[in-house]
Amino acid sequence: MTILDFVIFLPLAGFLLLLICPRSIIRQAALVISLIVFAVSLLLLKPYWFASPSGYTFSTNISWIASPSIHYHVGLDGLTLWLVLLTTLLTPICVLISWHHIRHPMKEFFVFLMLLEFGLVGVFVSLDLFLFYVFWELALVPMYFIIGMWGHDRRIYASVKFFLYTMAGSMLMLVAIIYLYNQTGTFDYLEILSRIETGRLVFAPNVQHLLFLAFFVSFAIKVPLFPLHTWLPDAHVEAPAAGSVMLASVMLKMGTYGLIRYCLPLFPDAAHEYAPWIAVLAIIGIIYGALVAMVQPNLKKLVAYSSVSHLGFVVLGIFSFTQQGLDGAVYQMLSHGVSTGALFILVNYMYERRHSLEISAFGGVATPAPNLAIVFLITTLASIGLPMLNNFIGEYLVLQGTAHANFAWTAFAAVGVILSACYMLWLYQRAFYGKASEGVAHHMHDLTAREWIAILPLLALMVWMGTFTQSFLPPISAQNARILEQTQKLKIERVENQKAGGTGTEVARAR
Amino acid sequence: MPDNFMPTGVDYLRILPEIILTVTGTLIMLMEAMRKQKRTGMFAPVATLGLIAALIAAIAANGSPGVSFNDMLIVDGFATFFRVVVIVVGLLAVFASTEYLRRERSLGGEFYALILFSIVGQSIMSAANELILIFIGLEISSIASYILAGYLRDDKRNNEAALKYFLLGSFATAFLLYGIAWIYGVTGTTNIEEIRRALMLPGAPSLAITAAAAALMFVGFGFKISAVPFQIWAPDVYQGAPAPVAGFLTVGPKAAAFAILLRTYLIAFGPIADRWMPFVWGCALATMIVGNFAAIQQSNIKRMLAYSSIAHAGYVLVAVAANSEIGSSAAMFYLAAYAFTNFGAFAVVAYVARKGEKYTKIDDFAGLAQRQPGIAAMLTIFLLSLIGVPLTGGFFGKFYIFKAALESGLVWLTVLGLLNSAVAAYYYLRVLVVMYMKPPDPSQDALPAAGPALRIAVYGSGIATLLLGIFPSFVLDFAAKAGLK
Repeated sequence: MTILDFVIFLPLAGFLLLLICPRSIIRQAALVISLIVFAVSLLLLKPYWFASPSGYTFSTNISWIASPSIHYHVGLDGLTLWLVLLTTLLTPICVLISWHHIRHPMKEFFVFLMLLEFGLVGVFVSLDLFLFYVFWELALVPMYFIIGMWGHDRRIYASVKFFLYTMAGSMLMLVAIIYLYNQTGTFDYLEILSRIETGRLVFAPNVQHLLFLAFFVSFAIKVPLFPLHTWLPDAHVEAPAAGSVMLASVMLKMGTYGLIRYCLPLFPDAAHEYAPWIAVLAIIGIIYGALVAMVQPNLKKLVAYSSVSHLGFVVLGIFSFTQQGLDGAVYQMLSHGVSTGALFILVNYMYERRHSLEISAFGGVATPAPNLAIVFLITTLASIGLPMLNNFIGEYLVLQGTAHANFAWTAFAAVGVILSACYMLWLYQRAFYGKASEGVAHHMHDLTAREWIAILPLLALMVWMGTFTQSFLPPISAQNARILEQTQKLKIERVENQKAGGTGTEVARAR
Repeated sequence: MPDNFMPTGVDYLRILPEIILTVTGTLIMLMEAMRKQKRTGMFAPVATLGLIAALIAAIAANGSPGVSFNDMLIVDGFATFFRVVVIVVGLLAVFASTEYLRRERSLGGEFYALILFSIVGQSIMSAANELILIFIGLEISSIASYILAGYLRDDKRNNEAALKYFLLGSFATAFLLYGIAWIYGVTGTTNIEEIRRALMLPGAPSLAITAAAAALMFVGFGFKISAVPFQIWAPDVYQGAPAPVAGFLTVGPKAAAFAILLRTYLIAFGPIADRWMPFVWGCALATMIVGNFAAIQQSNIKRMLAYSSIAHAGYVLVAVAANSEIGSSAAMFYLAAYAFTNFGAFAVVAYVARKGEKYTKIDDFAGLAQRQPGIAAMLTIFLLSLIGVPLTGGFFGKFYIFKAALESGLVWLTVLGLLNSAVAAYYYLRVLVVMYMKPPDPSQDALPAAGPALRIAVYGSGIATLLLGIFPSFVLDFAAKAGLK
């Protein structure tokens, strides 16, 4: 048992424990368990502290099902390290922000939250395609219940839509996974990857395109990439606060993570071929998301559409196939997780006080609640990419990387940065400045200690990630360099093969 | 002509499960005839004991595999697998029915006897190696099933279900018999292996006639597995029959019918596979689509589950269309997982419906999670398994079926089949929605706690569904070895 195994299975143990835990202490128990998971997950940092090990750390590979050969194969790299830590950090925060407003029934909520953490961590660390698919689907179920049982008025519609969208996408991915297995006789990601790298496994171009698209559509729905994003505003708006936070901060990253981990290295040729189209969709998403966010009268919807815009940057960075672009994309994934998570938390604080999500219900909040206003301001500035705060680094790197690939993309994407400043600052102005109405002055008391505790780690991270990039970036860069190498090398090899007039198999044999 | 008509000890061992079940069934009939007033408590335990003995016999028979009674009966892994499945389904049915029958004031010995006789038929079907025995098994199973469907004889819906089932069922069986006659006419044999050999010979009988005979037989099989276009009866029968019986009918006879379909088509008609494969392909797709899209529109949960069971027959037909050893293993695993899942779901329905099956609308499940969280959690597992969410038996079965289909190059059928299961998610989710996200209706009759026997059936099915999803190897390895070559 490695530490990683503990991080994966402690939430499952927590899930089972909470099932039999008495209702009266359920919140405390959930908090303690999720904090323990977080503390244990911090130990994962050890190999990455002063070095950037190549390859996978904390690997475990044991047989789960003998035939068809399915393994419990997990491992951590510089990319997934941060995604796992983000998940384990946000879970206790979600417990904290759900402390008072989750009721009827309260117990099941925390039970599902633990199951969600189990699924999410599993998605990021699986190195077996079947295992990956299992976790991918498993994360869906608790989120479905969280939205549907504790959401706002249109929660049922939103939860069913969320489930069906994701399900339809993952069915295509399942076909592709089974196809890969039938071709190779293994679900092992590293094994399949090494066969593709060495040319022992070569797909006919049309097969590679179909496989790429099957994975891509599934991930693009999750990201969500325009025009597959329509489930997102519904799900984010209708979900309870913790649901929105987990959705925006972690679940969307399942999609972008999948793109980086599976779409690029496994199907490099198809990825290169489709990159221009995907980039166009990403840019449309950036601008469209920002424009729609600008006209939203609803706080949560605004933040939701801003996610569509931010995630567009991530996809653009991934498909620039440059080191900076990819680094920026990953950094943006983490930054978005922190700052949008924080935004959803703050919006929830406001909702808990005013019981409304309409921007017009607020105005002048800064007067009765100055601390809330300051925290919201910092988060807003982080979200619009102010230098010294986290999002700036990601967006800058993405734009720089994209400039190497195609300058026109950069120009269009940069519009998104400007627009994000517009809608966020305008929101801030409308909600926090001006004269406080009587309702606002009466209801909007300032942050409580519990609320401070929940938001402080995220604030600290925003500043930390914005100033000491080197604490986070080296493992990411090392991993991205490998992924790029895998994506590029094959191209060269293919050219060589074509020159030699042989197939990949022959090249491999010659070695 | 065979040289030895006298059965030996091993022959009896190979048919021991059927003997035990028949004896137990007859015993229960005698007990019923001679019982004193109101002593009905003994039927269920006796039936349970008989079934457990038959289960042990079926497993013991697997220790000496081979053919018996002039090659009429075959005991191999395939037969044993299906025997075990149908006998376990019988156990579940006994556990789930007792409380139901008591509630409906119809607890009689003949119910258990009929369940046992029906399983005798299904067990014979599982192990039949010859068309006449297939027919006999099918008839034994069916006739008992017809009566079971109308068991509550004062209930109009029961009567309708039984009559429809009987009329259409006998009609379809006639087709089967006619097909068997044709096959006998052209090949001169009814033995599965010999038909295969006859069809592979250079001077094989006319392809048109064999194909027509195969098609005629498919009408009979298609009816029993409720494949489109022979599915018309299924919604009415499953909705009208008593809920535990409906659950039994959707899994037991269906599994056995798939067993004979697989054995006949993969072995006997294996040589003309390129003729029937496209047909089964289309039939599988149509069955999935009709089942799923009709289920979406239902407001009655029994009817919805009926259409869903049609759709699931479509998934298994995908495995048949794959026409491979792994395809038959996939069908076996799927049917086993489906047996627990679907029977469990019907058992919950039987419980929630209360006296006289008053509450069978989907909306009647509102707030079940608050009233009976344990039962609701089990129904959740069954529904997730029917959707095909990982870590349930249903997912693994589906995965295995489509893996087999892809291996046989059925790419489009796989894609369409899996997209179908995304559509199916919609109507299963509706039940979850009302169960967890709607408040209970206070005007409903009180929902008494479930009795111990029903609990065993429901929780046992739930645990089995999860086990088949998390640790499928035990069943999977057996199925993989026992697939038809």
